[in-house]
Amino acid sequence: MKQVFKRPQSLKDVPFHFCPGCNHGTIHRLVAEAIDHFNLCERTIGVAGVGCSVFIYEYFDIDVAEAPHGRAPAVATGLKRVLRDRIIFTYQGDGDLASIGMSEIVHTANRGENITVIFVNNTVYGMTGGQMAPTTLLGQQTTTSPYGRDLLQDGYPIRMAEMLATLEGTSFSARVALNSPANLMKAKKAVRRAFEIQTNDLGFSFVEFLSSCPTNWGMNAIRANERVEKELIPYFPLGTFKERKGSDYL
Amino acid sequence: MGKIIVNRERCKACALCTIACPKKLILFSQEANSQGFYPAELSLEEECTGCALCAEACPDVAIEVWR
Amino acid sequence: MEKRLFIKGNEALAVGAIKAGCRYYFGYPITPQNDIPEYLSRNLAKVEGCFIQAESEVASINMLLGASAAGARAMTSSSSPGISLMQEGISYLAGSELPAVIVNITRSGPGLGGISASQGDYFQATRGGGHGDYRTIVLAPHSVQEMHDLTLLAFELADKYRNPVVILGDAVLGQMQETMIDRAYHPMELPPKDWILTGAAGRKPRLIKSLYLKEGEMERHNWKLFEKYQRMKGEEVRYEISQEEDARLMVVAFGTAARVSKTAIRLARAEGLKVGHFRPITLFPFPEQALLQLSKRVKRFLSIEMNTGQMVEDVKLSVAGDAEVHFYGHPPGSPPIPEELLEAIKKVY
Repeated sequence: MKQVFKRPQSLKDVPFHFCPGCNHGTIHRLVAEAIDHFNLCERTIGVAGVGCSVFIYEYFDIDVAEAPHGRAPAVATGLKRVLRDRIIFTYQGDGDLASIGMSEIVHTANRGENITVIFVNNTVYGMTGGQMAPTTLLGQQTTTSPYGRDLLQDGYPIRMAEMLATLEGTSFSARVALNSPANLMKAKKAVRRAFEIQTNDLGFSFVEFLSSCPTNWGMNAIRANERVEKELIPYFPLGTFKERKGSDYL
Repeated sequence: MGKIIVNRERCKACALCTIACPKKLILFSQEANSQGFYPAELSLEEECTGCALCAEACPDVAIEVWR
Repeated sequence: MEKRLFIKGNEALAVGAIKAGCRYYFGYPITPQNDIPEYLSRNLAKVEGCFIQAESEVASINMLLGASAAGARAMTSSSSPGISLMQEGISYLAGSELPAVIVNITRSGPGLGGISASQGDYFQATRGGGHGDYRTIVLAPHSVQEMHDLTLLAFELADKYRNPVVILGDAVLGQMQETMIDRAYHPMELPPKDWILTGAAGRKPRLIKSLYLKEGEMERHNWKLFEKYQRMKGEEVRYEISQEEDARLMVVAFGTAARVSKTAIRLARAEGLKVGHFRPITLFPFPEQALLQLSKRVKRFLSIEMNTGQMVEDVKLSVAGDAEVHFYGHPPGSPPIPEELLEAIKKVY
């Protein structure tokens, strides 16, 4: 017998502090697998957002810069403009990217910065204890929407992958999920494709992960998984919304 | 013919592997780990095909697979 | 014979930046500093540099953070309200120990204020401005020549201490034109940047962060920063002093207020008044020792500022009760004129 599955090289062999069933661990692993697939470990620099995502430096065996809340795409822009041949990625949650960081992500995508953004959308603010996020679903109860998100009070949830796909600067925008083996395999492909876009200097790549937050959703990992399938995917459809095949924009 | 090894100390008993396994071969151990979780373990080694879906689903990279 | 340029303050600063090796600029338009990004948008490309007009000042300071983490000499510029937006980023730069040059061509405030010069950002510049226990070196030019020269110094001190450095100019200095000597740049010897992020090839990964959660770490880090600021206080104080030997009153002023008060002192001296001039060039570290020494002999100080009273507090702290400290303020809307300052001098002489 030979080993067919083991920890990717660029993921440190340390325990994850994430809650049981939290998808951060899986997403970290998929990113590490993509980095290893293209042999990028030694020339990759990660930019951590603020939230549960801040600890990527504990887990990826790469150089990492910590950015203020929401500003990772701007910090990544600064890094990439100086280090044009290195691989730069950001790892951000839905508060970081879609709330306080909305300006930075839209403009970084619009400028077509040659970086990769990993967006973890779990419809709540995880680290701070489960407040409403820009991606919280209508009717969803959170600690700051105790009666459920109300359309008239809070507006609709934002669909980032589709929105960024409308910008000319975006070369790749996809939404994936991890709730089933089939979806997980598609997610793997998408992450790999995103990093491939960067290694080929084809522009801005973006992958939105629909993710569980069992603790703040108040459910166990299995039920949280079901919620992704039954509630998140219907509003946040999976798929690739934009994929540039070549330098057709130049 | 396959085999999995679960890193007992890393497993948080989230149970995602139990639903990922197409043959429903994974159960929880009777002995807790040092964190107080009852880790996942393979029940019938002869039935395991080494498909690795459990390992793919595991958020803690706690499973290694052989085939 | 060194080349002379007849040039605007803002542009002199930009000339100095490129001369100092700055190859990355990230900024957002705001009056009265737009000459700086405009000059750099034309000239950075000529030296294979990179110019980005960012979407906001918030984005600008964060792009600067990224470029600095990668080891580049990089800067941003703005004016008062934009500098307010950058405070979070400056705190992060200081906490992460990253070199950076931030230029504030001060306008009037608070709020939207106006576009005329003021010195109302003294507190913002010297007291942190952002959150946490940190300091930025603050350099205060008072001429087009200094807009150039202090920029060269700013990049060096930023690298020397791995700390943000603020150049505190104002609208008058930014917009005025004067002759300046296009002097050559003699870089100081600096340690190699063995902490920058470049991709961990053949070495252990590095981390640029300001988060310290483990037991005792945050305290140690804060004391480490404190030691750094103490070193700055010991080694980097700069000021200009004139006519103090026989002075009965010392005027203390920086920037444009210093220029106008120099003229006022000339007028005062012509009338027989023995007035001297003390001009802090570093607002942090503030020349407290020099002022304390001076206060042993001179018992009257007059702080002249284009605000309603900010630097005067540091003057009072420096002389520690050993001398009288008076204040004359001319808040923005227009710069003060020499005759007005002469009156102020006579009132307290």
